[in-house]
Amino acid sequence: MSKEVKEPLVRMTKRDTIGTAKAWGIRLAAVLLSLVVAGLVIVAITKQNPIQVYLGIVDGAVGTNRRAWVTVRETLALLCIAIGLTPAFKMKFWNIGAEGQILMGGTATAALMIYAGDALPNWLLLVLIFIASAAAGLIWGLIPAVFKAYFNTNETLFTLMLNYVAMQIVTFCIVFWENPAGSNTVGIIGAAGQKGWFPSLFGNIYGLNVVIVLILTLGMYIYMKYSKQGYEIAVVGESQNTARYAGINVKRVIIRTMMISGGICGLAGSLIVSGASHTISTSTAGGRGFTAIIVAWMSKFNPFAMILVSAFLVFMQQGAIQVASQFGLNENASDIITGILLFFLIGCEFFINYKLELRKNRKEGK
Amino acid sequence: MNLLMTFIQKAIGQGVAILFGATGEIVTEKSGNLNLGIPGIMYMGGIAGLMGAFFYENGKENPNGFVGFLIAILCTLAASAFGGLIYSFLTITLRANQNVVGLSLTTFGVGFGNFFGGSISKLAGGVGQISVQTTAAAFRAKIPVLSEIPVLGDLLFSYGFLTYLSVVAAICMTWFLKRTRSGLNLRAVGESPATADAAGINVSRYKYIATVTGAAIAGLGGLYFVMEYLGGTWSNNGFGDRGWLAIALVILALWNPARAIWGSFLFGGLYILYIYLPGLSRATQELCKMLPYVVTIIVLIITSKRNKQENQPPASLGNAYFREER
Repeated sequence: MSKEVKEPLVRMTKRDTIGTAKAWGIRLAAVLLSLVVAGLVIVAITKQNPIQVYLGIVDGAVGTNRRAWVTVRETLALLCIAIGLTPAFKMKFWNIGAEGQILMGGTATAALMIYAGDALPNWLLLVLIFIASAAAGLIWGLIPAVFKAYFNTNETLFTLMLNYVAMQIVTFCIVFWENPAGSNTVGIIGAAGQKGWFPSLFGNIYGLNVVIVLILTLGMYIYMKYSKQGYEIAVVGESQNTARYAGINVKRVIIRTMMISGGICGLAGSLIVSGASHTISTSTAGGRGFTAIIVAWMSKFNPFAMILVSAFLVFMQQGAIQVASQFGLNENASDIITGILLFFLIGCEFFINYKLELRKNRKEGK
Repeated sequence: MNLLMTFIQKAIGQGVAILFGATGEIVTEKSGNLNLGIPGIMYMGGIAGLMGAFFYENGKENPNGFVGFLIAILCTLAASAFGGLIYSFLTITLRANQNVVGLSLTTFGVGFGNFFGGSISKLAGGVGQISVQTTAAAFRAKIPVLSEIPVLGDLLFSYGFLTYLSVVAAICMTWFLKRTRSGLNLRAVGESPATADAAGINVSRYKYIATVTGAAIAGLGGLYFVMEYLGGTWSNNGFGDRGWLAIALVILALWNPARAIWGSFLFGGLYILYIYLPGLSRATQELCKMLPYVVTIIVLIITSKRNKQENQPPASLGNAYFREER
């Protein structure tokens, strides 16, 4: 066996464990690298000094008090959706239908604002809005879950298709709600009396958004980590056979979890419609249902890591929108930036799980 | 009769982009990669072809349609293959989760398309609306003599080159998957990569080639849309959700590109049915637009309920392959 064995230049070995500090170091390096690449792309397009571009991003995201609060608001919306998706994904139920669940929640919210806005006191209206939007999202999450549980129907494509059904329901409703007539948009609902709008809390118009999302975040953390149901979800996600063997009713866990997931995503719809935009359109969800999946996945379903990841993504998005409009470019620049950031963040997980070893120049044969 | 003719023609016109996407996705999925980035890749392919033709036509005094045609196709293939390469590198080499990578790629690709589609005229120095008439005319050229035949000519021979290419590509891919040794190997990789690996098949190479080729084919769907359908211009988000429909069509076609041919025309028909159904109000039209999605959901439920062996997705679909983790 004296024949020389050809060893590849680089080989990878799986790491057993990695220190938290080292893991976060790798993630930080990936973030920095992605910032450099994203910066280079912006520089290539705008032909500006890169330092100025980065300053433009910071200015766009938090430059004024109003901009900073918009960034916070968008972060909260994204975080809320990611929180909603967490139990489903922990169960390995690929719920890519958050878009649809948000839209259904938003539609229920808008319907209440339009039809019940003048009849009810504002606090009662808001309570009804929360219940109705969560119920609408819950139903939209329940449908694919039932088919998954009983027929093992592919949930990825089922939930995806439901997004577009929800979108058509929104356009259907817009026909009746459009204001002014013929505009094909709903316009600001209840602008006069601010009926169904989130009231200011602690002197801030987005105070209620902050409170709701933080409660949800904390609640989800406790639910996933300390409750029996959260444990069941984790077991079903790891192995359905094990779950069945342990006496867990898998069908019931799937259906129950998707009701929770859909319900929170529906609630996010009310957060967006009633707490931010005060209108409804097919772009109310605006791709956040997809971005939130990545947020939840990257954070390894840790609700507190999700705060960081969603804040970072929204920060860059808002900054990029500002930079783009400054140079008269189209706001979709932010999607390109988001895409680049995500590629790096996803790619860096490999270096956390695996270790690369260069070929050593060994003379002696094996 | 005339109305029916126009309906069929328009349905085919809608279907072609979806067919390209579905053919590409089937080839990809047969290698075990569920590429949810196809919608983004189709945007990338479309805008790259348009940009290539645009810069060529802008730079030349008398642009030649045929040269523009070639440049557009090459740019499309390059851009969409690049999208496929990003996906392959992240999922195959770096072993990242396929769905997450696919969704990021769609975010990136749609943004890429809309950004350059919306800013290209400004970046080129403010020439106004982009349009590449000469190249688009080359893409739209009908078959000379045959298209003159009444009825039959309109029905069968009145389309541009890419329409025929989409059908040919679907048939070739079916043949490739079912009748060639490489096709058999590819299916083995998708069904059970560990077995394929043991049989001496280079799993990573097959996955890479299938994913990149699939992405390139799907990109042509985007090119078809900007050139033949829109006539050489761009409208932001104009391509809409056709990329997702292409992924849905893969299920309707039960992972057989030849079956995707009629499936795509059916989808195309459902997509525009609301225009041709008499007596619809604006509101019911919107409900009618749900049809393609509802039909997909029904097919999805029926196939999962019948649970037939030959109608199932490739067994390892969605899973990355680690040789050392068995």
